[in-house]
Amino acid sequence: MSTLTLRQEPPERLDLLNINPLSLGGLSEAEAAKLPVGTSRRGLTLGDCFTIRLDGSDTLTIEGGSSRLDRVGASLDGGTIRVEGDVGQRLGAGMAGGTLTVTGSAGPYSGSGASGGTITIEGDAGDHAGGAVYSAKAGLDGATLVIRGRAGDHLGDRMRRGMLLVGEAGAYAGARMIAGTIAATRVGDHPGYGMRRGTILAGATGALSPTFVETGTHDLVFLRLLARSLRALSPAHADLAAGALKRYSGDLATLSKGELWVAAG
Amino acid sequence: MTDFTLNGITVIDTFAEAFDVAGTALIITNDTAKWAMIAAVTMTGFATSVIGCGAEAGIDCELSPDETPDGRPGVRVLLFGFEPNGLKDQLLKRVGQCILTCPGTACYAGVDGPHKIKLGGAIRYFGDGFAVAKRLPDPATGKGRRYWRIPVMDGEFLCEDYVRAVDGAVGGGNLLFLGRNHAETLKVAEIAVDAARSVADVILPFPGGIVRSGSKVGARTKGMMASTNDAYCPTLKGRAGSELAAEVGVVLEIVIDGLTSRSVAESMRAALHASTEAGSAHGLVAVTAGNYGGNLGRHHYHLKDLLSKEPASEAGAA
Repeated sequence: MSTLTLRQEPPERLDLLNINPLSLGGLSEAEAAKLPVGTSRRGLTLGDCFTIRLDGSDTLTIEGGSSRLDRVGASLDGGTIRVEGDVGQRLGAGMAGGTLTVTGSAGPYSGSGASGGTITIEGDAGDHAGGAVYSAKAGLDGATLVIRGRAGDHLGDRMRRGMLLVGEAGAYAGARMIAGTIAATRVGDHPGYGMRRGTILAGATGALSPTFVETGTHDLVFLRLLARSLRALSPAHADLAAGALKRYSGDLATLSKGELWVAAG
Repeated sequence: MTDFTLNGITVIDTFAEAFDVAGTALIITNDTAKWAMIAAVTMTGFATSVIGCGAEAGIDCELSPDETPDGRPGVRVLLFGFEPNGLKDQLLKRVGQCILTCPGTACYAGVDGPHKIKLGGAIRYFGDGFAVAKRLPDPATGKGRRYWRIPVMDGEFLCEDYVRAVDGAVGGGNLLFLGRNHAETLKVAEIAVDAARSVADVILPFPGGIVRSGSKVGARTKGMMASTNDAYCPTLKGRAGSELAAEVGVVLEIVIDGLTSRSVAESMRAALHASTEAGSAHGLVAVTAGNYGGNLGRHHYHLKDLLSKEPASEAGAA
């Protein structure tokens, strides 16, 4: 297992786009130390900020996180990255495969455009987790994003496919959703605002948009499959899918092929 | 040619000739085993012969809730056609008319293989634009599986996006039971069918697994592809070409299709042993097999290779 140990809080935001097990695999520690990670004129390198220990394995641990570590695991296409601490924005953005775990919290836009692999945030996530960055076509795009804590607003904004699990989410969860699945114990106001397709499963919601209509309770085979798929990721979410649910269809202001399942209480 | 004896019954030294076919499997589920079976029986109806019915289909086995993708009782059915395109046509017709229509039923791919056949992706058009696709990870493999959810009057018809057809499927494994009278020979054939069906990945597509109208290639009537197997018709005994001894009064045949050559061979082996074990009590005279001289089908299942209870090596080699 290769390890990067953060010596102290970085003096500026760091871009770790190119720091992953594959890119470090063929490098010596001295070569890796020269990799640029700074985002200012200082020209910070990996060696300036981290103590580097490489063994060529496909597992990389980053010890000592910071909210200034941006794009951790972005474009990851295999292997494992584990961050013991917090990370900054765009965690796992554009990721295509592999496993990415953060024991702390993450900044905004986690998993944006990620098409494969699994991202787990043990703590909280900022706004737009699994959401699209400006001008991007899609947010989460096939990967699995698990947020054990709380997510901010606009969770899964323009999400296109994949699975997004979260403890609690803020307002506008699943806004402008193209497709995919979001499961949350609670979401804030206006879930699924402008969603075209996709599924939002929630234990409770804030105010619903008036362009969602209730279709009643349904015992659908789909819910059984969903509960089975969720079980490995979170038994609590699986139990939610397996319980009594009320279905809302929307957003009728758009394509209206989306659905919002809310625990019937 | 020396014939053999197994459990006191004569086994003719010959072989069953079988053919390469395209094969697939479906898992049909429902809230109750009863309704899963109703859907499976309906879907596999009128599917005894690929020539006359377009496909050969049957029920492989019942599945417990633990064995199905959605945790409901299920039935696994197998479907065989001459080639993947013909199979696709039959699959769509049968799922569209018999599974989509059946209350509560859902439908999943039942086998992996190299040939992709679009199923839900084609049937979704019944949803008139209201159908939605959903990709969910399969808990068993972790890989995504794509389903179509088509609104219907009892809720939704859920159907996997595509199924797979296998390479190496075989159609036409067979055994003929030469008996003294109808009732007793039918009992032997029924015992053989039960044994043959105990092997996985096979179906016996004829009524109750048994066929009385075994055929030969060609006919005296111009244009007929196949006609009655006169050599085994008891009312034609005594004529030149008859294969039947004087004491034989009835011949019944079982036909076996399987997803693999090995499953067909093992099914035939099980049927041969079960039928000969019960044969003496039911007046069975001999067991033989049907072939066309060995020139039409690639798979030859020699009965002498099936005499041991366990396979010595790969039977039914090409």
